[in-house]
Amino acid sequence: MSSQHDQQPPPAATALPIHIEGLTKKYGSMYALDAVDLEVRSGEFLTLLGPSGSGKTTLLMAIAGFNRPDAGSIRFGDEEMILAPPHRRNVGMVFQSYALFPHMSVAENVAFPLKLRGVDAQESAERVAEALATVQLESFGDRGIDQLSGGQRQRVALARAFVFRPRILLMDEPLSALDKKLREQMQIELKHLHEQLGVTTVYVTHDQREALTMSDRIAVINHGRLAQVDTPQAIYNQPANAFVADFIGESTMLPLSRDAGGRLCFADHVIGDAAADGDYSLVMRPERLFVTDLERKDCDQTLVFSGVVREFVFQGETAFALMSVNGEHDIAFRFGTDANSSQNFLHPGDAVALGLNRQDVIVIPQDDSA
Amino acid sequence: MTTSAVSAPRGKGMNEEALRKQEVGEQRLLLSLATPALLAVVAVVFIPVGWLFYLSFMGNDGQFSLQHYAKMIEYKSYARVFITTFEVSILTTLICILIGYPLAYFLAMLPPRLAGFFMLAVLLPFWTSLLVRTYAWLVLLQKNGLLNDFAISIGLWDTPLKLVHNLTGTLIGMAHIMLPFLVLPLYGSMRKIDRDLMQAAANLGASPGQAFRQVYFPLSLSGMVAGSLIVFVLCLGFYVTPAVLGGGRVVMVSTQITAILENQYDWGAASALGVVLLVATLAILFAATRLFKLDAALFGKH
Repeated sequence: MSSQHDQQPPPAATALPIHIEGLTKKYGSMYALDAVDLEVRSGEFLTLLGPSGSGKTTLLMAIAGFNRPDAGSIRFGDEEMILAPPHRRNVGMVFQSYALFPHMSVAENVAFPLKLRGVDAQESAERVAEALATVQLESFGDRGIDQLSGGQRQRVALARAFVFRPRILLMDEPLSALDKKLREQMQIELKHLHEQLGVTTVYVTHDQREALTMSDRIAVINHGRLAQVDTPQAIYNQPANAFVADFIGESTMLPLSRDAGGRLCFADHVIGDAAADGDYSLVMRPERLFVTDLERKDCDQTLVFSGVVREFVFQGETAFALMSVNGEHDIAFRFGTDANSSQNFLHPGDAVALGLNRQDVIVIPQDDSA
Repeated sequence: MTTSAVSAPRGKGMNEEALRKQEVGEQRLLLSLATPALLAVVAVVFIPVGWLFYLSFMGNDGQFSLQHYAKMIEYKSYARVFITTFEVSILTTLICILIGYPLAYFLAMLPPRLAGFFMLAVLLPFWTSLLVRTYAWLVLLQKNGLLNDFAISIGLWDTPLKLVHNLTGTLIGMAHIMLPFLVLPLYGSMRKIDRDLMQAAANLGASPGQAFRQVYFPLSLSGMVAGSLIVFVLCLGFYVTPAVLGGGRVVMVSTQITAILENQYDWGAASALGVVLLVATLAILFAATRLFKLDAALFGKH
């Protein structure tokens, strides 16, 4: 599952790993960060993904130095940074609001960090031009910030964040203000830019698709704790717990019982071998289920569930439906549509059988604190 | 209107006329709401000012004459009155900036609810009569006033300081009265500064001092200039406080006008002074708007 990750080119020399240990931040009696341990590898693109209030932004702000944790350690490489003020941390950051200085031109904004670092005028001009070229805004240097569109502002914010060659780049939901089309285009661009710069990047989003699209690894965070840290494929295919299974992608979760031999079962389907003690759930991704022959029975490779269609919605490229099993459980499934295939159209009340390849079966422990 | 909508031709341009009429009707309604205020402005501003303007060009014999203006050039005392007026106004404005900028900054840094509480401290004097506040300063600052008595009793100085009936007293009183006019627009412009900008500055390597000088201060400048201009212009025509706390030693244009009217009953001369002050004020406002591109700050444009 991580073979794709292993094949990446070696990270650029400027990148630094981030070691976070026991990072804790309380707001009143609520833990925004609850003893978080996280390793961000040198040069990787790591996304902090979680619902609002999960602590992902608090964690990012702690790395940038904008909030003071109650306890813990943040090291950039070997250097302890927990007490360093933000202006000494030398990390680039793209803010959700872009935070471009409205009284400066595009070029002045991008030159700002260089000026503070005492870079001489000529080199500064060259690097500003180079950074603007990287974000495809070569001819925009003299523009005022209020003359730019949302997408252009986003690029300027980005150029300003990497022009001083920081070892670490932080991004706080930088695409959330853009419309869907532009957002998807920028996701790909950001991914390429990261490959080009090779800088260690920590990216915050609540958008799972964005996280899956861009990341080398995703850290799913909930209630101030890391629920799972892994590659996008692993997060999606092998969620570690109910929260991750529910938060990433669509899923149907069914409680599993045990047969006489202690094997995990749903109704009369044997799902898995005897596992450790505790309760487990079966997780099914709607798109991995397929409509199959009503007469078909379980086999070595495939589980078959039968029931009655309860809901059917056409959504464009896919159709979404709910199948009721014994009137007790609903199983969600999704399939691709085409223009003239009437079999794609199910009606409430239709009897239907759904198949699921055993390799797509996900079993997760039921009670976890994450 | 319903009938005309129905009888209009169908297709392109349908109901065009009726919709246009409706729009014009709404605009007229809006205009009619402003009419009483416009009439009031004409009645109490333009007509009297026009009358004064006319009077200033009338000689004592009732014929057109520039004698009042000529007198202003001829006698040095007039020049001194204008110099004093501008001097007091500039000094008051500077004192207001010195006290008001840190105050507004403090308010802008507070969470909005706390800021509202402290804002009361700024606004409270606003709700008290100007005359009361001015005489209160007289009580505090006079020779045997509270301040002198207290300072002498704890041994800060031995003989009463002359704090009132001079420039010092005038400035203290005027700065106190003008302060809210500076703080309010300044606070407004500071509140509008996105806090992310200061974080961004720090993130890009600016120390708190550098961030303030290069980002915060330039962005608060429009509010400061707007507030200063309001204070300065109000000071130019201010009467009560310089009259009471200046004790006749601080002669500003406004007090001079009163003196002319009381002593000589010379409406022409008084009007001419007023006209010159008005023209000077407008000239300063015009220059400042040009210089600082103030349209945004003064008229709320973004």
